[in-house]
This record gives sequence, structure tokens and C-alpha cells, in this order.
Amino acid sequence: MSNKKKDAAKSTFDAKDYAAIEAMESFNTFVKKKNTFLFSMTGAFLLFYILLPILAFKPVLQQKVIGNITGVWIYSAALFIMTVVVCTIYVKKATKFDEQAANVIKEYQAKGGKS
Amino acid sequence: MNLVSVGFFLGIVGLTLVVTYIAAKRTSSASDFYTAGGGLTGWQNGFAIAGDYLSAAAFLGVSGAIALTGFDGFFFSVGYVVANLVLLYIIAEPMRNLGKYTLADMLTARFNEKRVRGVAASGTIVIVILYMIAQLVGAGALIKLLFGIEYWIAVLIVGVMMTTYVLFGGMTATSWVQIIKAGLLLFGTGLLATLVLVQFDFSLMKMFDTIAIEHGEEYLVPGMKYTSTIDSVSMMMALVLGTSGLPHILMRFFTVKDAKTARSSISWTTWITAIFFSLTIFLGLGALHLVGAESILAESKAGNTAAPLLAFYLGGDVLMSFISAVAFATILAVVSGLVLTGASAISHDIYGEIIKDGNLTEKQQVLAARIGSISIAIISIFLALFAQSLNVSFLVSFAFCIGASANLPVILYTIYWKKFNSTGVVAAISTGVLSCLIFGAMGPNIWSEVPGAAIFVGKPLVNLAVPAIITIPLGFLAGYVGSMIGARKHNTAQAEEIYKEIRVKANTGVSVQDVSH
Repeated sequence: MSNKKKDAAKSTFDAKDYAAIEAMESFNTFVKKKNTFLFSMTGAFLLFYILLPILAFKPVLQQKVIGNITGVWIYSAALFIMTVVVCTIYVKKATKFDEQAANVIKEYQAKGGKS
Repeated sequence: MNLVSVGFFLGIVGLTLVVTYIAAKRTSSASDFYTAGGGLTGWQNGFAIAGDYLSAAAFLGVSGAIALTGFDGFFFSVGYVVANLVLLYIIAEPMRNLGKYTLADMLTARFNEKRVRGVAASGTIVIVILYMIAQLVGAGALIKLLFGIEYWIAVLIVGVMMTTYVLFGGMTATSWVQIIKAGLLLFGTGLLATLVLVQFDFSLMKMFDTIAIEHGEEYLVPGMKYTSTIDSVSMMMALVLGTSGLPHILMRFFTVKDAKTARSSISWTTWITAIFFSLTIFLGLGALHLVGAESILAESKAGNTAAPLLAFYLGGDVLMSFISAVAFATILAVVSGLVLTGASAISHDIYGEIIKDGNLTEKQQVLAARIGSISIAIISIFLALFAQSLNVSFLVSFAFCIGASANLPVILYTIYWKKFNSTGVVAAISTGVLSCLIFGAMGPNIWSEVPGAAIFVGKPLVNLAVPAIITIPLGFLAGYVGSMIGARKHNTAQAEEIYKEIRVKANTGVSVQDVSH
């Protein structure tokens, strides 16, 4: 069903094209930038997350913060908010990555590579 | 069972059968069967993935656990929600760009060897069976409780229903059953949570005050169930990383047309699960206060009926019947997804690609898929009938553990590590699966000095309910060591060329369909 569209746009690349794209500076800069962003964000949210079960058993998060609501609930709520925020950040950022990826392919095609 | 619950029950069954009938007309090719032709939209797949998360264990189990153990039950909710981010950031898009129907397809796109496909398919089958037994046994007990039907009849009903959906409607029916159920579940929990809040005059403060004063402050801090930091850290690791390695979740990324849609799917899932799991606080604490721990325990030791009991308190027979019917739909939807995933590993990976070298016509592939579905259903029903008297809900956590320790390492290495090779794949998956099973089998879920608390009486050798904290590093290490051992044989110039191709495809999404064969 959706094959037609893809065939027209993309699937005529062969191994030579891939090797050539992979060697392009713009491709490598793009991938490096993207991976740095993805992995530093992942590291950060995983760290924030795994601190919950660690701090949950310490007095820090067992204290009451607002009325009878203790620190663990507040921290968990913060993790929920973090999740939707970090998700939104990704979706915004990924639109830019899409553009950059498309530019790399365009650049390759402009240089005379197959389309 | 009264007339109202029969009505809701039959309504759900009827609705899902209509969906299956419509889907059956659209299911003719292997791609239709396994991935709904890749034609789901972002919100549809987002709801379907959320549906996979929100199993009976999540809906009934988590609200029951919060009612009985307070904050300790809420750990699960946090784990399920944050798990979305791992999928979104490092798994979903490359997975969509490289795969076709299964995890093995994605791995063999880089390492085209039968042993890679074989070991990946075996890992998938182990996870599916563990998950399925837990779901079916839980389902049998639950339906027995909710509708007063005998255990074995309940398991058979669920078994026949799930097989019907998958057999005739393939992934299209499975997805729509999942979407409808996720919608109903979200509506049902929203309604329950609102009714609970009415009882506390819409004040969060008042709810927490009431719990602290009338039931004890221990409900509001961890410690009622988990007492050791390392045990809960281990479980939380399995939850957040394991989701990204569960084959029935990974398979959902092949039901959309491209990486962009895979991304928007997870974005939908994130919002749906964040809302749903926030509401579990009101369901759990509401049940604790309004129903009471004693009444919940009297019905089920694990607290699985806390939500239906709460519904009865708040809205009588009608609401309880509705919530029970939704719980029933939840069970059906999740097991259907599991049947389909199991079938993809047996019929597509093992039969189609390994035994028949990929030389099957479209018709033969669909037939194989249907036979595979029936086989996996029969095996699971048989095991579930056999496991009736055992407390097997912990098997789900083993499935998460294997997902995190076996599948996650190979997925990450395949996408991101140049020197990874097929020896590494085999080493990582076998180490991940075996270490989870072995350490798990030595753990407190299997052994307990209190007779009846676990399957065997004795001292557990490993004092971790979920051994993820040991097995995840083992899986990653095995992948590394395996790759070093196989480096001379497998890290050839040709392998390097293939990795270049993988890198370009994973990062740009060019030629989504022609990757694996």
C-alpha cells in the first residue's frame, strides 16, 4: 500500500551509494550531533529516574513536603512531568533531524549520486 | 453473574468480533497479517502500544498493589511511564528503519546468518510464553472471580477469543481490539478517579490526609513491600529498560509506514500512559479508603480486584460490570498481541526464513502464520491450565528482565556499534535469556522458607526478586566479549560495508522496505 511512495522516492540506492553517503562529512557531523543529543538526554533521564528507588528509602524523600504528601510522591510527579517534557523536546528536535537527514541525501544527489 | 454484566461482557465480545470481521477482509498478505500492512497512523499505533502497556497486570495489579502497599505499588507506574522515553530516544526510529516484521528481521538486516535469526526468534518465544502464561493464569483467576466461571472454562474462553482475532484478523484486528480497549480503559479509569476525587471534595491534600490519619502514614512512603534499595533498583531497571526489549512492543513499530510515524506513536503512548498511571494513585488509594484493605484481601491476595470492588462501591453493579468487562477486554487484547508475536517468530523466522530459506509464496506465508498462531495458542493454553495453582504473576517481571538483558543489548549494539558481530548477538541473547532464567529460578519468587509463599520451600540463593541488576550488565558484557571472540572471522571488509549501509538507513530512513528479505 505504502510501498509505491517509498519506491518512487528512495529505494534505488545500492551498497555503493550507502558507502558514499556514509563517507560524507555532512552525514557524519549530523549523526554525531544527533547521537550526542540522544545519549546525553537518555543518560540524564535514566539517572534522574534511577535515583527514585535509591532516594526513596532515604529520609530525604520520606519527609512530608506539602501536608501529608511525602517527597516520594513529589519526586514521582516530577518524573511524570519530566517524561512528557522530554518527549516533547524530542519530537521538536527530531523535526530538525529529519531536515538535516534530508539535506544530506539531497547533497549526495546533487553531487551526482543516484536518486 | 447478573444481566448487566452479561450485557457488557457480550457487548465487548460482539464489538471485537465485528472488528475482526472487518479486519479479516483486509488481511490477505503476510505484511497485512504481521504488521497490518504498515498502515496504522500515529495515534492508532500510539493507542495500541499504550494498550500493550496497560495489561491486566498494569490496570488491576497496580491499583491493587497501591491499595495494599501504598507507594510501593506506585513504583511500577513510574517505571512504565519513563520506559516510553527509552523507546522514543534510542529504539523506535532505527527499529522502524531497519526491520520488517520481527526483531530477528532487524538483526539479520545487518548479520544475515541463520543462527542470528534462530537465537533472536528463540528469545522472542521464551518471552512470549512467560508473558502469556502469566496473563492467562491471571485471566483465568480474574474471570473466575468476576463472572463466577470455572478456571479452565475461563482460560478456554480467553484462548478461543484470542485465537479467533489473530487467525482471521491478524495485526489489523489485534491492533483495533487494542485501540478500543485502551480507549475504554482510559475512560473507565478517568471515571473512577473522578468519582474518587468527589469523595475527597476534589482535594488531593484531603485524600492524603485521610489516608495518613485513618490508614497509617506507612502507605505514603515506600517500605511496605520493598525494603531493600538494591531490590527495587533492580526491578526499576528491568521495567525501564525491559520495555524496549519486549518483542510484542517492538513489533508494533513495523505497523507504521516510517520513522516519523513511529515517533508520533510513542509520543501518543507517552501522554496516554502518563495520564493513565497518574490515575492509578486515585484508584489505589481510593480503593484502600473506600473499600478497605480487608475486603480487598478477602477477594484476592494480590489485590487484583481492588479496581472492580472500588467500581462497585462508587457505582454499584453497573459500574462494576463495566470495569470488569473492560478488564476482560484488556486481557483479550494483550494475549492476542502475544499470540501474533509468537507466531511471527515461529512461522516467519523459524519456518519461513530458516527452514524454507525465505522461499515461501505470499499464500504459504499467511498459512504458516495462521498455523503458528494456533500452535502458540494451544501451547500457552495447555501451560496455563497446568499452572493454575501456581502464583505466576512474577513471570511478567522475568519477561521484562529478559527483554532488558538479551534483546536491548543486541538492538543497541546492532544500531550503534561498528565492531559488533553475529557471535556477539548469539552470546548476548543466550547469556541474557539464560542468566535471567537461572538467577530468577534461584530467587525469592521460586524459593521461600515460608511454605506456600513461593513454589518451593527453601532459602533463595539470590535475594533479588528481579535479577536485572546482575543480568543486564551480563548481557551487554557477553555481547562485547562475543564480538571480540568472533572479530577475526566476522569483522571483514564486507561486514564494514554492511554496517555503513545500516548506519545510513537507521539515521536517514532511506528505503524502509527493502532492508530485510
